[in-house]
Amino acid sequence: MSGELSSSTPDSTPGSPPSAGAASGPVPPPVPGRRERAVDVLVVGAGPAGLALSSRLAASGISVEVVDREDEPGGVPRHCLHSGFGLRDLRRPLTGPAYARHWADTAVRAGAVLRTGVTVTGWGDGPPADPPAVDVTSPAGLERITARSVVLATGARERPRGARLVPGTRPAGVFTTGELQRTVHLHHRPVGRRAVVVGAESVSYSAVRTLRDAGVEVVAMVTELPYHQASPATALDARLRHGVPLLVGARVSELVGRGRVSGVALRQLDGRATTVACDTVVFTGDWIPDHELARRGGITLDRASRGPSVDGSFRTDRAGVFAVGNLLHAVEPASTAAREGLLAAEPVLRRLAGGPCPSAWIPVQVEEPLLWVAPSRLDPADPRVATGGFVLRTEGRLGPWSSLVVRRDGRVLHRQRLVRGAVPGRTVRLSAAWTAKVRAGMTAAVRDPDGGPVRISVER
Amino acid sequence: MTVTMSGPLPDEVYDVVVVGAGVVGTAIARELARYPLRTALVEASGDVGDGTSKANTAILHTGFDAVPGSLEARLVREGRDRLAAYAEECGIPVEPIGALLVAWDEEQLAALPALARKAARNGYRRTRTVAADELRGREPHLGSGASGALEVPGESIICPWTTTLAYATQAVRSGVDLHLNCPVTGVSESSARSPRLLTTGRGTLRARWLVNAAGLYADEFDRLLGHTDFSVTPRRGQLIVFDKLARALVSHILLPVPTALGKGVLVSPTVYGNVMLGPTAEDLDDKRATGSTAEGLAFLREKGRRIVPELLDEEVTAVYAGLRAATEHDDYAIRSHPEQRYVTVGGIRSTGLTASMAIAAHVVELLTEAGAKVGTARDLLPVTMPNLGEAYPRPYQRADLIGADPEYGAIVCHCERVSRGEIRDALAADIPPSSPEGLRRRTRALGGRCQGFYCGAAVRALLDASGADAWSSSRTEAAR
Repeated sequence: MSGELSSSTPDSTPGSPPSAGAASGPVPPPVPGRRERAVDVLVVGAGPAGLALSSRLAASGISVEVVDREDEPGGVPRHCLHSGFGLRDLRRPLTGPAYARHWADTAVRAGAVLRTGVTVTGWGDGPPADPPAVDVTSPAGLERITARSVVLATGARERPRGARLVPGTRPAGVFTTGELQRTVHLHHRPVGRRAVVVGAESVSYSAVRTLRDAGVEVVAMVTELPYHQASPATALDARLRHGVPLLVGARVSELVGRGRVSGVALRQLDGRATTVACDTVVFTGDWIPDHELARRGGITLDRASRGPSVDGSFRTDRAGVFAVGNLLHAVEPASTAAREGLLAAEPVLRRLAGGPCPSAWIPVQVEEPLLWVAPSRLDPADPRVATGGFVLRTEGRLGPWSSLVVRRDGRVLHRQRLVRGAVPGRTVRLSAAWTAKVRAGMTAAVRDPDGGPVRISVER
Repeated sequence: MTVTMSGPLPDEVYDVVVVGAGVVGTAIARELARYPLRTALVEASGDVGDGTSKANTAILHTGFDAVPGSLEARLVREGRDRLAAYAEECGIPVEPIGALLVAWDEEQLAALPALARKAARNGYRRTRTVAADELRGREPHLGSGASGALEVPGESIICPWTTTLAYATQAVRSGVDLHLNCPVTGVSESSARSPRLLTTGRGTLRARWLVNAAGLYADEFDRLLGHTDFSVTPRRGQLIVFDKLARALVSHILLPVPTALGKGVLVSPTVYGNVMLGPTAEDLDDKRATGSTAEGLAFLREKGRRIVPELLDEEVTAVYAGLRAATEHDDYAIRSHPEQRYVTVGGIRSTGLTASMAIAAHVVELLTEAGAKVGTARDLLPVTMPNLGEAYPRPYQRADLIGADPEYGAIVCHCERVSRGEIRDALAADIPPSSPEGLRRRTRALGGRCQGFYCGAAVRALLDASGADAWSSSRTEAAR
């Protein structure tokens, strides 16, 4: 399958207009100094998901351009120096940077155009255009890139202190894990001496490891929950081998310090208050998808996950716009994101081949204590889920032998036992084997406007 | 041009020393720069605009609700026109979006006509009553229960950081010496013949005339000269800044109807494209209590939920608190002490940003009346400030600028879309930043939703590579 559109790389003629098929409706007059270009597929974000997708699309002969606003490709793994990346998908242990390099190399070798230092600043003018167009800024200038398909792979970030409404002063020495890792591993700069890590999930233990690498003593980890949310081995290692105390059932009630942070005030669930002296505080986890571009494009977000609401084929409700990776589910391991990228290639190719665009979806919703599910809609005509499953999060602990129950209009479609239970902040998986039943019943449901959403609940 | 951060102070006699480089002190220094005088601006902190001036509601007021006949009313009215014109000249971001004083019950609705009359007494006659239907049409995201509003079309939003920097930059380019990290701790007696000696953290300074623009500390400074006219009670204002994605929810500055308890909580867009909710009004004793509190934030969220309920679903970008220099008086406390060759500028509250240029002109009048020979004023060479506002093209949007210098296309701070070129310019500016916060006030870098997750380390590396610390010694150019 080869692209019908000219594949213009950044080196192509400036000002070349998109080919005739690229834009439906009148072509707006070019802005002075802005280059108008067209590609088959534009992937926004060169993390594992975006790179993996680009590699597979390029291998199919599609003209694909993947852009990233950072100077180096690879996304978050770039600053995770620990090993363990690649075990699941590449069958060998790699560090984060090596894993990032693997996918960047794979994409480029397959023929994708990889551009870094390129920021997508917004969507082309006018109502949601099909095909979509985006505006970008880079040191090479301004461009408007029209693509037959745009894939958002913009990832996720941790909420900083302000977004968590932590009161107190605004001293230096307050980090998120992302900023900490970039400071230590990419910029090799000093951090502090005594740190408090807020959070006790997987990424929190990564922060502890980074602090240790930087020679910073971790005086405490703090979590509001009565237990940590990482793997038992990780938690045990931090606590026993490295002597990091874990304070459970406590939240940060205030940051203290002028100029530099001097401590965190903690309040325990029973009301007791204490202050821990430190010169560094790392806020970990509490992820939020980087959904700015999605929202500015009028794409419907899932209210709970705050990522774009997509169907099993990674389609958003805007024609020609797909979304993959941790933008959909903040956050899953890099290998999950990369796998999604690979699996998203086929739906994108179907779209390029003129496949139909659904006009209505069946919402997939969760009930308490479940927080969100991704994907969160199904195409009634083709309810396949490319990854074979759903990812969920829960707000409260689910005991062993709890069950996830999938219902539609009162009818049970699927029941799945969670043998080991689940905790907040960690992945809960649900098989998608049942989604065909939605199609089976669909003929009636299409006629029947009351055909309701699919609802997922917990039975204990 | 002289800007110093550390080391000994010049051994010369200044005609005028202005103490305090907030928005008022820098405005006064800029006004004095128009005259053939040797002027020094001294500041305890390492940057200009680093106290009360950096954390306010960023509104360019009309003065419609001032106390009629007060000095504040006059200076706000005059200052507004001056600053609006100055902002246009220098490129200070201003958006004339107008304000709506929203009434939430019958009692507040009934209070609107009196507010319109008060505005008229303050010389502002463009207010207009807006019925509930029209209000709903213009602010569709307003909470239920809004029964009407008074429109004040002249109210604008402005960038307070650029304003202070523009004043300071123009002052130092026009010959004013700026001495930072220079707290004044003592003042000698003055006599007609010999200049006054100021003891500072960096040695002594000699001054013929003295202006107190020390903001929160203006009362303490006044006491050094034997005056007890007023005392400053810091009034804390906590503010919540919401994500830019909330900007579409609000079109105007949404003001509450003032009550006996104060001006209340407002919701306003900012020139950076965010939405602000606040402030609280808490009278404190501690002039350094610029922390936010759980109670304050809960209070603001409760208020905000009523005004624009959907706002509360949006992400919070930052929370901060500022201290207003409130006094026991209802008006500014600007006093001339001719026998001491001293003018004190106290009690400048949140309207001080708007009034700053008029305050400056007023202070120079007072100095002249007191016998200072200021000479003939000249026009200053205009300054052009980097644009931080969303209503005007920013460097990342300008093909011409990036074509001439690709560094303006190299975005470092992604949330705020700040380029390496802008950071480079700020670091090389006449008054460079000495901290990440200072850089944020000059470029918006680090001011966005990620608060450094992506760019914090990179921006700090640029700041350090610039030798912001090494710079501290002194930057004096002979070319003056």
